[in-house]
Amino acid sequence: MNNTQIVDESPVTLFGPIAIPGKQEPVSKTAQTCTDPEVLREKPVLEIEHFDLWYGTTQALFDVTMPIPSGKVTALIGPSGCGKSTLIRSVNRLNDLIDGVRYAGDMRLNGDTIYSPRVDVIELRKRMGMVFQKSNPFPMSIYENVIYSLRIDGENRKNVLDETVERCLKSAALWDEAKDRLDESALELSGGQQQRLCIARAIAADPEVLLMDEPCSALDPIATAKVEELIFSLRGEYTVLIVTHNMQQAARVSDFTAFMYLGRLLEYGPTKTLFVNPSLKQTEDYMTGRFG
Amino acid sequence: MDPKTAQRIAFTALFLGTCLVIVPVVFVLAVIVKEGAGIINWNFLTTQPLNGMRAGGIFPAILGTLILVSGAVMISLPIGVLAAVYLNEYAGERPLTRIIRLAIINLAGVPSVVYGLFGLALFVMFLQFGVSIIAGCCTLAIMELPVIITASREALNSVPQSFREVSLSLGASRWQTIRNVVLPNALPGIMTGTILSVARVAGETAPILFTVAAFYLPHLPRSIFDQTMALPYHLYIISTQIPNMPRELTFGTALVLISMVFIMNLAAIIIRVYFRRKKLW
Ligand SMILES: Nc1ncnc2c1ncn2[C@@H]1O[C@H](COP(=O)(O)OP(=O)(O)OP(=O)(O)O)[C@@H](O)[C@H]1O
Ligand SMILES: [Mg+2]
Repeated sequence: MNNTQIVDESPVTLFGPIAIPGKQEPVSKTAQTCTDPEVLREKPVLEIEHFDLWYGTTQALFDVTMPIPSGKVTALIGPSGCGKSTLIRSVNRLNDLIDGVRYAGDMRLNGDTIYSPRVDVIELRKRMGMVFQKSNPFPMSIYENVIYSLRIDGENRKNVLDETVERCLKSAALWDEAKDRLDESALELSGGQQQRLCIARAIAADPEVLLMDEPCSALDPIATAKVEELIFSLRGEYTVLIVTHNMQQAARVSDFTAFMYLGRLLEYGPTKTLFVNPSLKQTEDYMTGRFG
Repeated sequence: MDPKTAQRIAFTALFLGTCLVIVPVVFVLAVIVKEGAGIINWNFLTTQPLNGMRAGGIFPAILGTLILVSGAVMISLPIGVLAAVYLNEYAGERPLTRIIRLAIINLAGVPSVVYGLFGLALFVMFLQFGVSIIAGCCTLAIMELPVIITASREALNSVPQSFREVSLSLGASRWQTIRNVVLPNALPGIMTGTILSVARVAGETAPILFTVAAFYLPHLPRSIFDQTMALPYHLYIISTQIPNMPRELTFGTALVLISMVFIMNLAAIIIRVYFRRKKLW
């Protein structure tokens, strides 16, 4: 396995190889070199294409090309500092909040470009959900937490809101525990329940892709098991991109796994293949705990 | 020296230092209460001064101070919160914002008499408000601004960044995020800071001296362009300008003023404790 993806010199301008509407980029050379063909056969919801990102002058992501298959759970693994959070936060452009961030390349959500000056970032974010490492319910009632994204869209019809709350809490496996205390503060829930509430909140607006950045790392094993079960049950209905440090977790919940190292996507394929038979030495070393 | 002795000496010194802080407060309070409490009654609080202010009540001064501080806070609170939100949520780190921040910090250190002169020049003369309640309120408002802005920025800052991120990630605009998530959670801090700033200016004499305060008025103010009496200035004149002033009256006035300030500080503390108990996050 050579590292052609590192020296690949495809022309990348700011908001680079995007623009031409209607014209689908052919699957790139780099994607083929590190991505298992089985991934490429899937219908992608999100396409990350030749994406670079700089924090000031230090480059954190190098030419990442990665299609995220529809209706599947894709895990993103790699040693600390390799750029997993940076990549996942680039998908919904949360990195825009950080001063001095520059990027090149593009991503597409169901064909719509994400990185273009003309893009309405707010509309774009409405089509995604995100769950963070530390559970962060708003200091409001459980009910209001779930329907936050509907409220900001001005939705006030009681029956719509009620339905959403019930549907999302059920999807998030929290309905039975929370249905009698919807008006209580979300902060009175346990850590694990709070994280499931955050997932319910993230799926309230039916996101096309659900981004999760180490959603279980602050939870105890039992709460983790519950959240993992939940993620597993979301597949099919939702497309999930999940960052995790936990190899077993990646193996348990994901259909596909991508291994990142020093800002680059090194290997990407079906979870089984990657775990049983990694094609790169780095991947194997990382997964067997020899570094990282 | 063995560490235990050293520790004992250090603790003793710290304890004595703390006592030294408390002593003057207690002492001042004791003197004022002892000398002034006797005169405090309903009549004193609700009637006009009589007999060249050597008798009667101090109602116009109390009312004047209440009008001045509430008018001032009505001006300074919106401006201060807007400025704090802009500086904290929108402006980012630019040379200009750094200069503004520095200016605000320095503004807090400007002597109050300078604010008074500034108010005289800008509001009374240049804007031709005359010596009036509106000019006094504006001057006090400017004095409150640095405290309100600083406290509000601290309150905004203490709202976890993750709340903003999750709100934005759900498709809220920046303004929706501020209105729905950031401001409600910063509100206790903003209120506390505001009340403290009001308490601070309520007792100031210098800023109202040239802009609004009247030596004596036979009637209550009828519009915002009238002058008014005010407690700190009233206290200043009755204790320095009027011969044969009954001691009790002076101390009674001081007691009323100090009580107003204390009540406001107490309110600020209660708000803070209440919201800390509720532990927002
Ligand atoms: N706000 C920032 N400003 C500057 N550099 C940053 C910033 N955030 C991250 N970085 C750098 O970018 C690189 C990637 O960081 P990132 O947080 O994406 O790693 P990660 O893979 O999520 O790590 P972890 O597993 O520890 O969460 C790191 O070298 C980090 O130091
Ligand atoms: Mg991370």
